[in-house]
Amino acid sequence: MNREVVVTGIGAVTPLGVGARALHERWCAGRTGISDGEGVATEFEPSDHLSVKEIRRADRFTQFAIVAGDEARREAGWEDDLPYAPERVGVVIGTGIGGIGTLEYGKEQLIEFGPKKVPPLSVPLMMSNAAPAALAMRYKLHGPSHGVVSACSAGADGIGTAVRLIQAGDADAMVTGGSEAALTALSRAAFAALDALSDTGVSRPFDLRRDGFVMGEGAGVLIIEDGEKARARGAKPLARIRGYGASSDAFHITAPDKTGVGPANAILRALEDAGLTPEDIVYINAHGTSTPLNDRAETIAIKRALGDRAKQIPVSSTKSAIGHLLGAAGAVEAVATILSLRDRIAPPTLGYEEPEEDLDLDYVPGQARRLDIDGAPAVGLSNSFGFGGHNAVLCLEAT
Amino acid sequence: MPTAVTPEAVEKTVKDALVQFGPEADQITRDATFEDLDIDSLDLAELSQIIEDEYGVQLKGDDVAKIKTVGDAVDLVVSRAA
Repeated sequence: MNREVVVTGIGAVTPLGVGARALHERWCAGRTGISDGEGVATEFEPSDHLSVKEIRRADRFTQFAIVAGDEARREAGWEDDLPYAPERVGVVIGTGIGGIGTLEYGKEQLIEFGPKKVPPLSVPLMMSNAAPAALAMRYKLHGPSHGVVSACSAGADGIGTAVRLIQAGDADAMVTGGSEAALTALSRAAFAALDALSDTGVSRPFDLRRDGFVMGEGAGVLIIEDGEKARARGAKPLARIRGYGASSDAFHITAPDKTGVGPANAILRALEDAGLTPEDIVYINAHGTSTPLNDRAETIAIKRALGDRAKQIPVSSTKSAIGHLLGAAGAVEAVATILSLRDRIAPPTLGYEEPEEDLDLDYVPGQARRLDIDGAPAVGLSNSFGFGGHNAVLCLEAT
Repeated sequence: MPTAVTPEAVEKTVKDALVQFGPEADQITRDATFEDLDIDSLDLAELSQIIEDEYGVQLKGDDVAKIKTVGDAVDLVVSRAA
């Protein structure tokens, strides 16, 4: 039996605003943070939250993680007093790319002015582990800390890794999640060159007309704790992380395996880890990128893993509400899933209107819908799949 | 062409640089220590780059390790350029 791990605080910075509840409430109200084909975190103003020095010392992706982390920490009641020994608390934050904005600026300086103009802060800002380092320093945490890099499943893999550190007894609590700030000229052009981005600039997951993903930026951070210890300190958990399942397609660097075997195995592994069956799942937050390949393969994977139960479960994608947050996606979507399950609500897959043959799950078109679960436990899955064939699934239960 | 090295010019360059790094302008006096201003080794690496660019004076790690105050930094640059 795995040690129970609970969530006691959540935070988010997304194109729908600063705050986990802003994301949840605005998405449920049918609002999208995508504008002109991109999901920019327009309400995020670094100087509202950070000093001049803190802003200079952090790439945008680290700034997002700090602000989401501060929100989660306040909710967990850790702000004034860490409830555990500092060496028993660590940080794992996933990212797809890290500080690419910093990297691009340094390269511009190099080309234009020569090597002596490359900023000394380039390396500490661009390194993919900058966000967990910043959070460990800010919160004075001396337990294990590192980054997790698995493209668009990094947020979910980060959380899964942090869960395992608690279950293995290496930590009593962890700060975990994912962060990404890759709305830069280079990454935009690079994703476009791969033909992964939507030409129309519209994200409509699972819809017949979908033509690629829309990029977004932001962070999701969770405070997770050993359940027994959290209760002993009088914490009121928001959710339990019941299970984590990960797998690899071992198929292609960018394309998903059309059979859906890899993601299906991750779903089954998460259920097994949770000690649950498909009948227990009442909601799925899909990876749902709005690319032709992902949404078909994911639908196949969900059906493959959950059998007849699949068609009875509301499945919605956050990505038409905020864009694809790449390495932050899994963490932000875990935050969104927790609030959906707590409110017993399935937010809509915005933009989904025209079904495609065989894409026949309940994608929650139109508007948010109540989850009628008659007092049954509110248990859901959050799917994340990344370039490289990385699949990560979290099984979450509202408490 | 590098700017002419006068104590006044160097002091202005140093103060203008430091204010970007976080401290309030009125805190930055000749006697203020880098420790009090929360200026660390990374800030000093940036400052060294600005000084070299402006005056052509290279400050090495050993030099930077010795200076404790804003005035020390100004004096070091002026003495190197002499």
